[in-house]
Amino acid sequence: MSCCQDHQHYDREVLAGFIEGYRGQPSGLIQVLSKIQQTTGFLPKDLMATTAERLDLSLTEVYGTASFYAFFTFRPRGRHGITLCNGTACYVKGAGQVLDSLEKELNIRAGDTTGDRKYSLDVVRCIGCCALAPVITIDEDVYAGVDPEKVPEILEKYE
Amino acid sequence: MNIEQLTVLRTAAREKLLVRDGEKSKDGYEYHVLVCGGTGCVSSGCKSVRDTLIDEIKNRGLEEKVRVIVTGCLGPCNMGPIVTIYPDGTFYQRVKADDAVYIVREHLEQGRHIEGLMYRSPETGKLQDRWQDIDYFRNQKRLVLRNCGFIDPLSLEEYIARDGYAALAAVLEADSPEKVIDEITISGLRGRGGAGFPTGLKWGFVRKAPGTPKYVVCNGDEGDPGAFMDRSVLEGDPHSVLEGMVIGAYAVGASQGYAYIRAEYPLAIKNFTYAIELARANGLLGKNILGMGFDFDVEVRVGAGAFVCGEETALLESIMGRRGEPRPRPPFPAQEGLFGKPTTINNVETWANVPLIIHRGGEYYASIGTEKSKGTKVFALAGKVNNTGLVEVPLGTTLRQVIYDIGGGVPNGKALKAVQTGGPSGGAIPAKFVDVPISYESLAELGSIMGSGGMIVLDEDSCMVDLARFFMDFVQEESCGKCTPCRIGTRRMSEILTKMTQGRGTPEDLELLIELANVVKNSALCGLGQTAPNPVLSTTSNYRDEYDTHVKEQKCPTGVCPMRVAPSRVRK
Repeated sequence: MSCCQDHQHYDREVLAGFIEGYRGQPSGLIQVLSKIQQTTGFLPKDLMATTAERLDLSLTEVYGTASFYAFFTFRPRGRHGITLCNGTACYVKGAGQVLDSLEKELNIRAGDTTGDRKYSLDVVRCIGCCALAPVITIDEDVYAGVDPEKVPEILEKYE
Repeated sequence: MNIEQLTVLRTAAREKLLVRDGEKSKDGYEYHVLVCGGTGCVSSGCKSVRDTLIDEIKNRGLEEKVRVIVTGCLGPCNMGPIVTIYPDGTFYQRVKADDAVYIVREHLEQGRHIEGLMYRSPETGKLQDRWQDIDYFRNQKRLVLRNCGFIDPLSLEEYIARDGYAALAAVLEADSPEKVIDEITISGLRGRGGAGFPTGLKWGFVRKAPGTPKYVVCNGDEGDPGAFMDRSVLEGDPHSVLEGMVIGAYAVGASQGYAYIRAEYPLAIKNFTYAIELARANGLLGKNILGMGFDFDVEVRVGAGAFVCGEETALLESIMGRRGEPRPRPPFPAQEGLFGKPTTINNVETWANVPLIIHRGGEYYASIGTEKSKGTKVFALAGKVNNTGLVEVPLGTTLRQVIYDIGGGVPNGKALKAVQTGGPSGGAIPAKFVDVPISYESLAELGSIMGSGGMIVLDEDSCMVDLARFFMDFVQEESCGKCTPCRIGTRRMSEILTKMTQGRGTPEDLELLIELANVVKNSALCGLGQTAPNPVLSTTSNYRDEYDTHVKEQKCPTGVCPMRVAPSRVRK
């Protein structure tokens, strides 16, 4: 199963147990998808099929819901997730320049992952830190008042 | 816990909080040191401040004398990390870990206040020691934010000390559901999510609607970029929202509730989930609440990144595990909501108002505000303004009071150009209307909306065409695609605006843009689509000359737009 190479390190049984807990409950779909993504980093094909079967949904319905929400991704992500906030306050305070700087530094576009799978870069709509704009987050860390020129310095901290 | 036990617990809990009212405590602590732990202060580094405080307090042997409490958001995020020390209420801003050592040695050990960390009024240059004296706070009326930044959000006891669950106890003991709905109706409370529908009326519909079970839903999908009051309330005072939901459930006859919180707010999800567990463990949620025979429980549902899910019918779809697409109304959720059953859905801030209204009375609440817009409203002040953060004022307060008296005005001596309220569904209010009192009606008259309370200040350097492009980009990306006017219309508007900002726009484009805006407004399926053209409509009517300069002279007066394309390629 080549599709699963990227998510071998987690406990398949725990995840299977979680999905089993929603057997026959289509309304649990988003919780199940969230759990899968939290565990594996993305939504692998085989687990989508398992989900459809357990929750009494068609595979189309599962993909329909998964592709609707910005949080779900079908491709493996980088080890560090960088999100740039492009809410109104961040936009007014120059989030565009920060994005340019990030794209240039990582040599990828927003939505992509670097070739070495070190970083993924996403643009999100408002993380609610408007008073500290412009803001980026890397994994759990929040960087406030980001100066586009300081981007390389911030990235240096991540291995 | 029953009502009697709750009362006993409250008396004991209050004594422990006396220090924070400036009195001598009965818990043995001489000082309470409050560290703001809202998301804003966390990103400014408050965790290392807290750790250093705790370490240094231990080093100096002051553990018996000083208690350190991490609170939710106090409001002025740009001053973070914030440390407040009671009984005096001394307010220290922009505290670094090194400063924390100093605070322990100087303030807590020697009793000397540290001037270097205090707030200095930019106008008078005077130091302001207590937080209550700072203009930013002095000009607010904090009802919804009554506990935010003042209590430990993870402590049920501290919430109870501040009259928490007193309203619920009173309602279960003495009031019929109809009486509760009457009280909310008298208060004049209107939906704080933006539309401003009278809450009492909505509850009445659900109460009377046939069908069981009934549901209560909290809309915590605060999607408007620039608004973060719901996040702060969920983080800083989660029990107030939960208590509001239990009271609402009793009033409408619901047995199950859902809180839908967006995934971008991990701390809010954590604190609210913990509040549910505490309430359940203490008989304030679940079976036989407070021993009064009422059953109600709440589950948290985490959003997955879709702006449209803030729309009530889309949100309900999402709770049911489906694509978050809105559906036509009627039927309204009050008749056919979650799983096809009667459902009352209110915003976080609306729920947080409920215990306060019940506790202090509908008449009290109705005495605040304007004739049709009662109570207070929390605004998220951001953009080109000196003091950014959360601000709560009575409705009827002017924009000038918010931006200048509380916000400290526009930085770097720039002129105020406009105030954008209501996020992508709102409009830009020109500076000349800055003395208009804020209410649902007045903002609508000015071509904007109250919305959830985002307030972005724009200065003379902001380009209104680019602002409209920003919002249209946002909406076209977030459009769910179900109805054509929104799916295609917002896309076309976004393209036209992009053309204009690149110096390729024509006067015909401008006419087409305005025509499209009106069509989408009148024909889109849901609130997202119907209000999506507002930024275009408000900027084209108030800043027409700026658009004209873009499309006739191919120039951006503020220099914000790239106008990248060489003049020879510009279509005439």
